[in-house]
Amino acid sequence: MADVLLKGIKKSYGSVDVIKGVDIEIKDGEFVVFVGPSGCGKSTLLRMIAGLEDITGGRLEIGGTVVNEIPASQRGIAMVFQSYAIFPHMTVRENVAFGLTISGASKAEKDQKVAEAARILQMEHLLDRRPSQLSGGQRQRVAIGRAIVRQPEVFLFDEPLSNLDAALRLDMRIEIGKLHKSLNATMVYVTHDQVEAMTLADKIVVLKDGYVQQVGSPMELYHRPENLFVAGFIGAPSMNFLDVDLVSKEGDTARIRSDLVSEFAAPAWRADVPASGRATLGIRPQDLHPVESGGVLHGNVTLSERLGTETVIDIALKDGTRILASLAEDRIFTPGEEIALDFDHAHAHLFAPATAEEQAAAQSAA
Amino acid sequence: MASKLTQSNKAGWLMAFPGIALIAAFIIVPFFLAFAFSLTNQRLASPNPTEYVGFDNYRDLLGLAIFTLEPERGENGQVLRDDEGAIEYPRLRTFTRNNPDYPQLDGKREWFSWQSGENRTVVLASDVVFMRAVVNTFFFVIFVAPVQAGIALGLALLINQKLRGINVFRTIYFMPVVVSIVVVSLLWKFIYSPGDGLLNNILGWLSFGLFEPRDWLGSTSTALPSIIAMSIWQGVGFHMVIWLAGLQTISPTLYEAAEIEGSNKWQTFRYVTWPGLRNTAVLILIVITMQAFALYAQINVMTRGGPLDSTQVFVFQAVVRGYERQDISGGSAISVILFLIVLAISLIQRYLTREKN
Repeated sequence: MADVLLKGIKKSYGSVDVIKGVDIEIKDGEFVVFVGPSGCGKSTLLRMIAGLEDITGGRLEIGGTVVNEIPASQRGIAMVFQSYAIFPHMTVRENVAFGLTISGASKAEKDQKVAEAARILQMEHLLDRRPSQLSGGQRQRVAIGRAIVRQPEVFLFDEPLSNLDAALRLDMRIEIGKLHKSLNATMVYVTHDQVEAMTLADKIVVLKDGYVQQVGSPMELYHRPENLFVAGFIGAPSMNFLDVDLVSKEGDTARIRSDLVSEFAAPAWRADVPASGRATLGIRPQDLHPVESGGVLHGNVTLSERLGTETVIDIALKDGTRILASLAEDRIFTPGEEIALDFDHAHAHLFAPATAEEQAAAQSAA
Repeated sequence: MASKLTQSNKAGWLMAFPGIALIAAFIIVPFFLAFAFSLTNQRLASPNPTEYVGFDNYRDLLGLAIFTLEPERGENGQVLRDDEGAIEYPRLRTFTRNNPDYPQLDGKREWFSWQSGENRTVVLASDVVFMRAVVNTFFFVIFVAPVQAGIALGLALLINQKLRGINVFRTIYFMPVVVSIVVVSLLWKFIYSPGDGLLNNILGWLSFGLFEPRDWLGSTSTALPSIIAMSIWQGVGFHMVIWLAGLQTISPTLYEAAEIEGSNKWQTFRYVTWPGLRNTAVLILIVITMQAFALYAQINVMTRGGPLDSTQVFVFQAVVRGYERQDISGGSAISVILFLIVLAISLIQRYLTREKN
C-alpha cells in the first residue's frame, strides 16, 4: 500500500496544454475520486499515474518513489478500464492470471491467486467461461479480478461503470466500495457521475480545464464549495444562481438584496466576495421550501415534477429568471400558481460576481 | 414513398436483368460448361460432332502407373552391365507401346524413377507435362502462401505505428499491387535477364565481382524460384493492407492492459495481437492460396512454362491446351481439377482454423 503524490503535474500535447499544474496528495488506503466534466483532464491524469501517458512536467511519487520515468508495469499499480480490456480469446481464468502467465509464475501459484481473486469477487462459477459468454457486469468483475491478482499498491479505475446499465451500476458501485474496505488499498477512481463520486470517495478532486477546482470530502464539497463551479457541479439538481447587490458586509456575513430577492443576511466567508457592489447568490434546490407569507423569493410555478419521494418545481421569478426547488415530499402544484419561497439563510452561498455564462456552465457541467 | 414502380415485381426483375445476365453469361454458364466440356471431346473449332467420352479426359491427365524394371540377365542369370558398369535394363517403350501384356502402361511415359537394389522402379504418367504442372503449382503455393503472408504481416506491423511520414511507406509497399501484373512481369524479366541484368549486376557489385552472372529464368533450378520471389514481391502489399485492417480492429486498451501487466513485445504479439488477427489470418491464407493456384500471367510473360517444363503450372496448361492446341475439353478438365483442389484446400483450411470452443 502506498501514498500517491502529484506535484505540479503538467501534460501538453504539442502546444495544447491539457493538465496545467496539478497538486494532489493521496494518502495510503484512501479512496480518491477525480470528477469533472468531459475534457477536464481527469482521465489523462489517471493515465499519467498509470504510466500510459508521459508526464510533461512536475513530479509523481508512488510510495515515496518518483516514478515519472518508471514503466507502467513497475509502478505497483493495476488499472480497470471503462471498456473492461479483457482479452476476448482467453477464458476468465486465463484473463485473471494473465499477469502471472507473463511473469512466468508456476501453475500452483496461478491457481491459488486466481482462486483467491474469484472468491473475493464471487465469480468462481465463471472461471471457465469466455468473455463473450459474460454480461457487462461480469466482464468488469473479471477486469477487477485481474487487477486484484497483481496485488498492486494502488488501484486505478477509469470510469469502470460507465458502460453498465443503471441497476448494474448500483450493484457494482456497492461492490467496489466493499472491495476497498476489504483490501484497504489506495484507490483512484475517475468518473463523471457525481453520485459515484459522493458515495464512494473519501476524498473528491474536482477538475476543470486541467486545473484542480477543489479537493475535499464529499460533504465538504457539498456544503462548502469553494467556488461557483464546484457549487454548480456537485448536487442534483444543480444549485440556483442569482445576481444580487451587497448592501453591507461585516466579517463573514453580508446583507444582500436584489429586485428578485428580499434583503437578508448571508454567510460570506469566501475570500473573493467583494465588500460592496455585486455578487452571485447560490441556493440549493433542496434548501428551498414554500411559505404562506413572507419569504425571500417570489414567483409562479411553471412546471412541477412529482417523483414520489420528492417534488421538483420549476419557478419563474418576476423577471422570468428560472429557479428550481426540490421538496422532499409529494405535493401538488398547479402551473401558474403563485409561490413564495424561503430557506435557512445560513445555507446560502455567496460567490464573487459571475457572468450568466459562467453560471450556466457550472450548472450544465454536472 | 411507395410508387407503382417500386412495388412492381416486374420492374425489379427488369432492373436486375442486366446484372444477372452478365453474371450468368460470364461466370455461371462457363462454370457449368467447363464441367460439361470436360466429359466430351469438344474442340475449339472442329467439323466433327461433339461426343460424350465419360472420364477419358481425366484419365488422360491423371493416369499413373508404377512399374518395376528388372535388369537384363545373361544366360546364367548374371546381371548385364554396359561398358561403364551401369546395369542394363530392357527399354521402357517395349512395355508402353502396343504391348498386349501390359495394357495399363499403354501410351504412358516415364515421369521419374528410383533404384531399389538391382531393380529400377519407374513411375509412369499419361501426361508427364501435366504432372510437372501439378508439382510446380503445389510447390509455388506451399512456398508463396506462408512466406507472402508472413512478410505482409511483418510489414503491416511496421506500418501500424504512429510515426511521421508513415503514409509514405504504406504507399511504397502498396505500389506493386496497383501496377498490372503483366507490366511487373516484363520489368522483372529485365531484372532477371542473363549476363548484364539488374540482379546479376547488383549481386556482382555486392560480392566485389565474385558472383558469376546467371540466367535466372533460363535455368531449370532457378526459374520457378525466381518467379516465386517476384510474385511475393508483387502481392505482398495487398495482404499487408488486409493485415493492417485486422490490426486496427484490435482495441488499443488491450495493449494498454498488457503493458500494465508488464508484457514484453513478443508476449504482447503472442497474447494480444495474434489472437486478435485470427479471422484475418484465415482470410489471408485462403486468398493467397487461391491466388497462387491461379498463377498464369507471370508464367505466360516470363517463361511460357520453360525451360524444360520447369515452370509449367495449372492455369497455364489449361490455357495452352484449350486455346493453343484447341483442346477445349482437355483445358476444361484441368479447370475442373483445379476447382476441386482449391475447394478442398479451402475447406481444410477452414476446418483447421475454426473457432475452437
